[in-house]
Amino acid sequence: MTILVEVPEPAVDPAGSGVDQRPAARPGVRLARRIVWKVAGAVAVVIAAASVTFFAQLAVPGDRATILLNIQTGQHQHYTAAQLAPVRKEFGFDNPLVAQWLRYIGGVFHGDLGTSYTQHRPVTQVVGGQLGPSLIITVGALVVAWILAIGITLLTVKRRPVVSALGSLWETFTACLPQYWVGIILLVIFSVDLHWFPVIGGTSVKGTVLPIVTMAIPLAGFLGQVTRDEFEKVLDQPFVTTARTRGQSDTGVRLRHALRHAVLPAITLSGWALGALLSGAVIVENIFGRPGIGQVLVTAVSTRDVPTVSGVVLAVAIVYVIANLLVDLAYALVDPRLGGPA
Amino acid sequence: MTTITLPTVVRSPDWVRHLRARPTTVLASLVVVVALVAAFAPGVLTPHSPTTIHLQQTLRSPSWHHLFGTDEAGRDLFTRVVYGTRESLGIGVGATAIAMAIAIVFGFTAGLVGGIVDSLITRLLEVLFSFPALLLALLVVAVRGPSLETELIAVGVGSAPGYARMVRGQVLNVREAPYVEAASALGHRRRTVIRRHLFPNAFRPLVAVMTLGVGQSIVWASSLSFLGFGVPPPSPEWGALLDAGRDFITTSWWLEILPGLVIVLLAIAVTSLGRTLQHKLEGAAR
Repeated sequence: MTILVEVPEPAVDPAGSGVDQRPAARPGVRLARRIVWKVAGAVAVVIAAASVTFFAQLAVPGDRATILLNIQTGQHQHYTAAQLAPVRKEFGFDNPLVAQWLRYIGGVFHGDLGTSYTQHRPVTQVVGGQLGPSLIITVGALVVAWILAIGITLLTVKRRPVVSALGSLWETFTACLPQYWVGIILLVIFSVDLHWFPVIGGTSVKGTVLPIVTMAIPLAGFLGQVTRDEFEKVLDQPFVTTARTRGQSDTGVRLRHALRHAVLPAITLSGWALGALLSGAVIVENIFGRPGIGQVLVTAVSTRDVPTVSGVVLAVAIVYVIANLLVDLAYALVDPRLGGPA
Repeated sequence: MTTITLPTVVRSPDWVRHLRARPTTVLASLVVVVALVAAFAPGVLTPHSPTTIHLQQTLRSPSWHHLFGTDEAGRDLFTRVVYGTRESLGIGVGATAIAMAIAIVFGFTAGLVGGIVDSLITRLLEVLFSFPALLLALLVVAVRGPSLETELIAVGVGSAPGYARMVRGQVLNVREAPYVEAASALGHRRRTVIRRHLFPNAFRPLVAVMTLGVGQSIVWASSLSFLGFGVPPPSPEWGALLDAGRDFITTSWWLEILPGLVIVLLAIAVTSLGRTLQHKLEGAAR
């Protein structure tokens, strides 16, 4: 369902230009510096992201201790200072704001995301067990989407006009599809009508198939669009002509020369895709009745348990930051140009 | 394969040639026009009322009489979808407007002021980028509680970082353009250059982006509603219809799939128009 996405530009570290201007650092040193900067940048982003979720908790209108008690008791009333005091103390609301903020940020790096209003236990505990099942379908969907995207691109790009147009049409169409709609259609066809898969999937292997396919289809369309554009450009490159004149078959050219170049931009996008997939997981888990962060999140949003929502959102942001860091690092290692002067 | 165009004696009228050259654009425009009619004059498209309850005709599957079937209260689903258009389209446009307003303020400030302000804003955007849009929207819903207003703000805030980054890039691009340099060299004041050259030129490509954004916003808003955080159920807003139909998914597929199809159709139509516009505007800028 993501149509409007920009390719995230590789983060330019502020000191990068300064580093590059120094005359004679050996490539290895330069690479190491680059990596240190990237990691530091990622840590800074996590701190800032945690600040956003911290202030979101303060942004809830009304007194937090009162809200908390009302949520827990399911009532709407005012409390005396004596009733509120123990809650304030327990959750640290009586500390100065800066101290609360520092504690929250510090906690994040120790795996502490605050305390749930409704369940009265650490958010990490509430989220922890649920992140696994969500990551399984997320990573699964990413893999399936890649296979679909590459397969369809290889088969249809720069073939007869009709075939190319069909492939392109398929990508435009699927890239627009909202995940909930794909999910419902698959559910109706394969679970309700054909009984191939269970209606409420749970974490069983059979129940995992449809959620993965649901998330993979729109993503495949999107990745396919990007890969196709690159592929078309690459097939016009001189080295492709050279390979053809050497007598290499069309399939050989596509697989050995063009594919490698064509997938690069889409690989950069995979880090971004992981974030988008994790939010797609929220919807898909809801449709297929699958445990995961989606269920936690939806319950927490409807009870307005802001610390838990913040925790889940922050956890996903951290996964996203780590994934992008890895993509960046992989790039820096693979592409020699990034290690050297720009 | 070479085609030789022979000089034709009889030329088809303009609109026919347009239709042949760009069938998708024509089709997309048609969908948008129908949606606009549904939004402003729903009575034209359907004779029924969206709220009349027929308890003898509950959960009927689609037929000639009820194109989209009926819901659990016997209301005609097609009629409800038609009457829901205004709200759904409004949410899409409104949320995009909010997102754009935020994006323009941040993007222009970053692009024009530059220096430390620019790097601060860029960093902030990078941070907001690490939150997937739907999750950012859910955080807004959790803080504010679900309502129509929240849905608008949530979708707007969720998609703003992406636009802001685009606006900033656009401003930087135009700032470097020769005509801006020329205007400055001619001795025009900075404010005049910004008003006369920078703003209109940086803004033009955004029109296409906004069009694309409306389609996206409609989909995101309906995703929020689908999760139960949108406009409350008696409303025929599309996402609300989807949310209401979920209880009947095993018996009455049309309650989910057909409103979903309408959303998809509109989203694709708007996206395709946005793309066409983008190509046109890019051509014009060169």
